[in-house]
Amino acid sequence: MDTMRERFITVTTELLDEDPRAALVLADISASSFGRAAEAHPDRVLNVGIREQLMIGVAGGLALTGMRPIAHTFASFLVERPFEQIKLDLSHQGVGAVLVSALGSYDWPAGGRTHMSPGDVALLDTLPDWTVHVPGHPDEAEVLLRHAVADGNRNVYVRLSNHQNAEARQVVPGEFLTVRQGTRATVVAVGPMLDAVLAATEGMDVTVLYAASIRPFDAAALRAAGSTDVVLVEPYLAGTSANAAHEALADLPHRVLALGVPRAEHRHYGEMDEHLRAYGLDAEGIKGKLAGFLRP
Amino acid sequence: MTRTYTDLPQLMGRMTGAEKHGPAALSTLDALWVLYDRVLYGKPGDPDRDRFLLSKGHGPMAYYAVLAAKGLMPEEWLETFGAYDSPLGHHPDRMLLPAAEIGSGSLGHGLPLAVGTALGLRAQGSEAATWTLIGDAEFDEGSNHEALAYAGALGLSRLHAIVIDNSSATHGWSGGIAARFEAHGWSTATVDGHDHQALYTAYTTPHPDRPHAVIARVEPKN
Repeated sequence: MDTMRERFITVTTELLDEDPRAALVLADISASSFGRAAEAHPDRVLNVGIREQLMIGVAGGLALTGMRPIAHTFASFLVERPFEQIKLDLSHQGVGAVLVSALGSYDWPAGGRTHMSPGDVALLDTLPDWTVHVPGHPDEAEVLLRHAVADGNRNVYVRLSNHQNAEARQVVPGEFLTVRQGTRATVVAVGPMLDAVLAATEGMDVTVLYAASIRPFDAAALRAAGSTDVVLVEPYLAGTSANAAHEALADLPHRVLALGVPRAEHRHYGEMDEHLRAYGLDAEGIKGKLAGFLRP
Repeated sequence: MTRTYTDLPQLMGRMTGAEKHGPAALSTLDALWVLYDRVLYGKPGDPDRDRFLLSKGHGPMAYYAVLAAKGLMPEEWLETFGAYDSPLGHHPDRMLLPAAEIGSGSLGHGLPLAVGTALGLRAQGSEAATWTLIGDAEFDEGSNHEALAYAGALGLSRLHAIVIDNSSATHGWSGGIAARFEAHGWSTATVDGHDHQALYTAYTTPHPDRPHAVIARVEPKN
């Protein structure tokens, strides 16, 4: 099985062959994997070197001429470092790009804080009209990436991770999928969190919604699930989607429990599973939080 | 009505409300006029038009006056400068003013956007030129240095930067700004920023296989 990042490279190479509007902007990360694509399309595969501000500016400039740019590097350098460029060179100019990250929040804990970006989705939430996809499997990443590039001129963030579920789901871009039905609460599992959520809720009378697309937030699916007790389980900052959940249920008395990566810097190295356990995002941790939240 | 350079002071006088931006506006007036009057090809909306990206978005009065003089926006708009419903802010917004290629104000965005624009035009087989105008203090922003190094390495021959140098950078640029561009393989010319013929000659100097920077020197800010 390939990783989501490997699938991104395969699919983007194909898209560059198929779509003359498509362009890829890199800042050295993954550049060696796009060697064939760069040879085939030297004017549309652009490696700017280790220059992330420029990467976003170039994406904005390409979009101003009518092209569909894809920009890619690790999330911390793609979203956090050049954030004002995202705000001004894309959103404010009224143009769009597809930003595709790798590493996310805890993919490489041995690499330390400099390569963790649990705040990326919350940062994009400060800007208007972004679509955010958080696939949980390489097959889903392919569906969502193809949709993102074809999605007009919208600004789209595709968040790729080494953390993935065992099975791909039949995801529909923009929609939550109902994976399990129950009455005592609705648990929204975002992307790679689905397997742990399913294990944690085994035998519990709860609905599990699967979100491989988290922005726009599928408020209709949350309301249709029926319960006004909502648990969010996200692979980035805890509470990132809490406002969206509150907004979806604003006219109803409701409760929201938001699980995710803590704000406090977790100054440990190690492996992904050790970090998920420490954050309470493994099945046992989620189960414990749920037990405390469910009404008797 | 055909407007000439001598009409520009009157057009600028129709705007009020940004007096502190006056010196910045006057420093760019001649550079902008020569560019729009004698160099840029094509009108807004033409996909093959030359692009001008005003990066130094503060003090846009000269820019607005030149656009009005060249018939690229209604002169009546000048009187609305800075008002709630006006398309003309103290920094330009391309979504409100179609003649503006970018919205600007925050420094250090025009040159990177211009690099992307030049690349996008090249990828689509267009010969259109891309121009951007920055200030010598704006040149402090690191994003400009990312852009000029990359554009030089690629030899982006349809890219042009105009740098208005009024010696306002806090720590200055030892040896002159042109030296930075030259170090990265750009063609450069440094001229009197009020001399129309010198500006025109600098703008139209051939620069095969490399981008071109025109440093327009004007009176120091302080």
